[in-house]
Amino acid sequence: MSRMTLLFWQLMVAVVALSLWQFFATVPVFGRMLLPPFFFSNPVDVASQIFRWFYTGVIWKHLIITLWESVLAFVIGSVGGVLVGFWFARQPRVAAIFDPYVKMVNALPRVVLAPIFTLWLGLGIWSKVALGVTLVFFIVFFNVYQGVKEVSNTVLDNGRMLGMNERQLTRHVYWPSALSWMFSSLHTSVGFAVVGAVVGEYLGSAAGLGYLIQQAEGVFDVGAVFAGMFVLSAFVILIDIGVTLVERRLLVWRPTAVGRD
Amino acid sequence: MDTAQPTAVALDDATVAFRLADQRVYTAVEKARLSVAHGEFVAIVGPTGCGKSTLLNVAAGLLKPAAGSVRIFDQPLTGLNRDAGYLFQADALFPWKTAIDNVAIGLEIKGAPRAMALERAQGWLTSVGLGAFSGRYPHMLSGGQRKRVGLAQVLIRDPKILLMDEPFGPLDAQTRQIMGNLLLELWNADRKAVLFVTHDLEEAIALADRVVIMSAGPGARIIGDWKVTLPRPRDISEVRMEKQFHELHREIWSVLKDEVMKGYAQSSQVAEAS
Repeated sequence: MSRMTLLFWQLMVAVVALSLWQFFATVPVFGRMLLPPFFFSNPVDVASQIFRWFYTGVIWKHLIITLWESVLAFVIGSVGGVLVGFWFARQPRVAAIFDPYVKMVNALPRVVLAPIFTLWLGLGIWSKVALGVTLVFFIVFFNVYQGVKEVSNTVLDNGRMLGMNERQLTRHVYWPSALSWMFSSLHTSVGFAVVGAVVGEYLGSAAGLGYLIQQAEGVFDVGAVFAGMFVLSAFVILIDIGVTLVERRLLVWRPTAVGRD
Repeated sequence: MDTAQPTAVALDDATVAFRLADQRVYTAVEKARLSVAHGEFVAIVGPTGCGKSTLLNVAAGLLKPAAGSVRIFDQPLTGLNRDAGYLFQADALFPWKTAIDNVAIGLEIKGAPRAMALERAQGWLTSVGLGAFSGRYPHMLSGGQRKRVGLAQVLIRDPKILLMDEPFGPLDAQTRQIMGNLLLELWNADRKAVLFVTHDLEEAIALADRVVIMSAGPGARIIGDWKVTLPRPRDISEVRMEKQFHELHREIWSVLKDEVMKGYAQSSQVAEAS
């Protein structure tokens, strides 16, 4: 299938889906609406809501807040995950001692922590950042831990035979291996940073996309809920494209990094 | 053998044993006695799984012998063998470094300035025929090219002893010949002591000054030692045509064949048992 035909069919899916939605939400079939506007709104209303948000500019503040929370959650969670993962992998005794607690905390559905974070850190951005951090930290932590553990013995022996001391092995062998595992989980961890931010906002906040959706839901403005969802997915897709670009740059030495989703 | 020079590598009744998961002790190599003179090229040949690589790891200091001793230039070996360069059988390049960085690292960790290390690395890449590939990452190179980078990586440190563990094993026949000639050419320019492990008897005779045969494991021993007096410089593909080569090959093979059959029988038994 050529690029153009593919694009055409992809567009057709959207057109058909939106048309059906619009049709059943506005035209009664056998005397009743299959998609009552109260529950389903309709594409035209949703689009005009999105347009209004961008036209009046109210959306920018919320987007920037959510973006900022996600970035902070990602950075703090990653740095923590890298440091602790590296430390545990190089100190098996420490890892063995903490192992049950790591498993316990990781087993906990992180959403239940949100009320506690709100209690501790207030309704501002930091309670959302904290929730994102708990999600990002474990993904990065496990990947870095694995990355250090999985260094090939031959490569290690080679480093030693080339005269590397432990510090140089860390810098030239363990560290790049750990970072490459972290980078390969970039999509997941960035995604979770956004999840943390939005869920946190939804559960209690004064700004952000999650707040916007929650507010709309509170006044039964289904159109705005859908509009918030569309803006949110576009937002995540844009971030994901950015991550892909970064990943191509960072993992240039790895055969699988090119052309992977 | 030049007696004025100290012996580069001397294994004196070295025995290597491993503790298995079920606490039994597996003796891989038993009382190996082997010496490599300064500037001598010694090839070790033996059936699969006989502990050739184990012996090399002992000479490298990566493994400690359970009994016996290892002497490097008449000094007992403690820790890693700092005089040795090791070319591994498996891919051992750092995948996150380009070819030139892989080669330069040996100098950089010794504290050489980066610019100087890169310049020397480029020189070594050129002498292994990869001058134009310095910016490639290992995964962008073919198996033979990776071995060349590995060779440059080891040689840039100018080790006095070169340990090679079936370095050309995974390569196709033509590439092996090219690599063999390249190795001889580089070795001729600056004769290091070489300990070269291979399962290919022809390769061993074509390259080495001496061919050492190991018995099938467990408890593998060194059971034969032949001098190869074929004139140097040699060309790997031409030397195989010579009468002396064939006579030596027949002679060594008559001993090696039994061990190969033994080793084969054992490995198939193990396969059935497990």
